[in-house]
Amino acid sequence: MLDNQNNDTKTNPDRRQFMKRLWAFFGLAAVAEFAWLGLSFMNSRKDRNRPVKTASIVTAGAVEQFTPATVTAIPVGQFYLACLADGSFLALSRTCTHLGCSVPWDEEKNQFVCPCHGSTFSLNGEVLSAPAPRPLDTYPVRIENGIVKVDTSVPRKRERFESAQATRI
Amino acid sequence: MKQSRRSITDLILHLHPQTVPRETLRVTLSWGLGGMAAVLVGLLFLTGILLLLVYQSSPTNAYASILTLTREVPFGLWIRNIHHWSANLLVIVAVLHLLRVVLTGAFGPGRRLNWMIGLLLLFLLLASNFTGYLLPWDQLAYWAVTICTSMLGYIPLCGPWLQELFRGGAEIGPGTLANFFVLHAAFIPGGLFILLLWHFWLVRKAGGLVQVEREEPVPVERVPTVPDLVVREAAFGLVLVALVLILAVVWNAPLLDQANPGMSPNPAKAPWYFMGFQELLLHLHPVFAVFVWPLLGAAALLCVPFWRESALPGGVWFGSERGRTLAVWTIVAGTFATLAMILLDNLLLHASNVAALDTLVTRGLLPTGLLAGLLAGLYLWLTRKQHYSRAETVMAGILLAMVVLVVCTIIGVWFRGAEMHLAWPWGQGGG
Ligand code: HEM
Ligand code: FES
Repeated sequence: MLDNQNNDTKTNPDRRQFMKRLWAFFGLAAVAEFAWLGLSFMNSRKDRNRPVKTASIVTAGAVEQFTPATVTAIPVGQFYLACLADGSFLALSRTCTHLGCSVPWDEEKNQFVCPCHGSTFSLNGEVLSAPAPRPLDTYPVRIENGIVKVDTSVPRKRERFESAQATRI
Repeated sequence: MKQSRRSITDLILHLHPQTVPRETLRVTLSWGLGGMAAVLVGLLFLTGILLLLVYQSSPTNAYASILTLTREVPFGLWIRNIHHWSANLLVIVAVLHLLRVVLTGAFGPGRRLNWMIGLLLLFLLLASNFTGYLLPWDQLAYWAVTICTSMLGYIPLCGPWLQELFRGGAEIGPGTLANFFVLHAAFIPGGLFILLLWHFWLVRKAGGLVQVEREEPVPVERVPTVPDLVVREAAFGLVLVALVLILAVVWNAPLLDQANPGMSPNPAKAPWYFMGFQELLLHLHPVFAVFVWPLLGAAALLCVPFWRESALPGGVWFGSERGRTLAVWTIVAGTFATLAMILLDNLLLHASNVAALDTLVTRGLLPTGLLAGLLAGLYLWLTRKQHYSRAETVMAGILLAMVVLVVCTIIGVWFRGAEMHLAWPWGQGGG
């Protein structure tokens, strides 16, 4: 048997080489197919769990409840309502833009301080110290009949704070 | 009786050769570290099977099933602790094993593939540790998944896609836990098993462990595997098992409160073996901390055996006395340099108004460029001016990376308090 193989290699190296390549190719193809199957299984989970992107309006309270230059946590909506110095409103996501920790508001320091890697954000969500790469995300705010309402379905990303982002009465 | 004893010996001889060179039995060559890692993997498989009988992998039941395990199942707490301690010791033992391979010049020609498989093993066992950390779905677990899957989001091009893939949706939920459970309990153990067999086989194929190269050809003195090698392996293995069992009686694996998506613990720390990584995150732009630096590090480690003459002369620790001196200096200088860098950057972080600067440059490109320049400069200085060999310099480089990692880990574990600010361990109020 062994002799036979040796002969084979000597007399017909090309064919042997070709068969080896073919086997390697089929082996790799099988691995690739399995990997693809695994990925599509994981991907299907992703599609099934996609949240329905309908508006979800949270009522934060009456305008008079909020004093300028303060931040109020709205636990139902999982966001902060910042009332800026000029009395306009900004709804800030509590999710740190660095790696997603939940950022508490520090009343004493007058800033948001992330417990995970120490990023700090100002009252209007701007980054005061790294590593967070951009300001806290915002949610659209509407004021109807003196009531502040926030649409928490889709957070809006931003590169810097601009006064146009805040909602005035 | 005689028959069955013979067959056990035969089984052992499937993994081991009939005889081994006497020289490679020296404990001070390998310190038995690879074998210890294998024993720990064995303990992990055994205790893992038991844990699977109780654990439930849905966010609503996971935490409760761990409580049941520790309170009601006979020896449940102990088994959980054994699993925990084996996993954590395995990280330490595997890293020491890697260092031993570097310091005894055991990754050169003939062992390159095994070095790469070893690196893959290291990656898998870190992944295994981390995915296991998530399963109890307590506060530690929840915020670790949050941070880790957010890190994926910074990978260029496919980041957000990967992030959703691993989260099993846009948000963390049942899909996330299910994914990580399958990785931890099926995919990674399967991969580890296959790679381990390959790893052992390649050690055998390379003619056993590295040996000192001799000028004149002396016949290698060989001794029979059974009993000479097997007795040593059994002694190491059994002592290690006893140690782990005792550790698991004395110290419990941590379990915090049930996951609370509304509140991150303060400080929220990574598991200790990722603490060095977390330190990077504090100082660098996320794209660089998450993607560029790990990629460069992994590529360097994978490629190092293919650089000609990058491995030390085999079988001699540090290659020579000169090599040992260089190693000591590297450790001392590396420790001070790392401490200095951390303190300096700590001042910078709190002094400047970073919002005004482009952190992609100041905390990304700039430090990367400086580091590359520093390493190249050191390499040239050591090889040209100090006349160290390439292998000795490469050894110093890997050792330096290790020192940086260890210093960062120590700082992260003991010297960072609330909001991850630097603090003395005794000033952190209970921790
Ligand atoms: C699950 C983790 C691992 C296990 C169980 C394991 C097991 C082993 C064992 C039993 C040996 C025989 C020699 C000894 O006991 O030292 C060995 C040798 C070796 N290992 Fe590992 N190992 C692991 C991870 C690694 C890692 C992370 C690397 C480095 C990247 C590595 C690279 C090597 C190399 C190059 C050899 C050959 C050494 C020589 O010929 O002297 N291994 N391994
Ligand atoms: S997650 Fe907030 S600083 Fe890293």
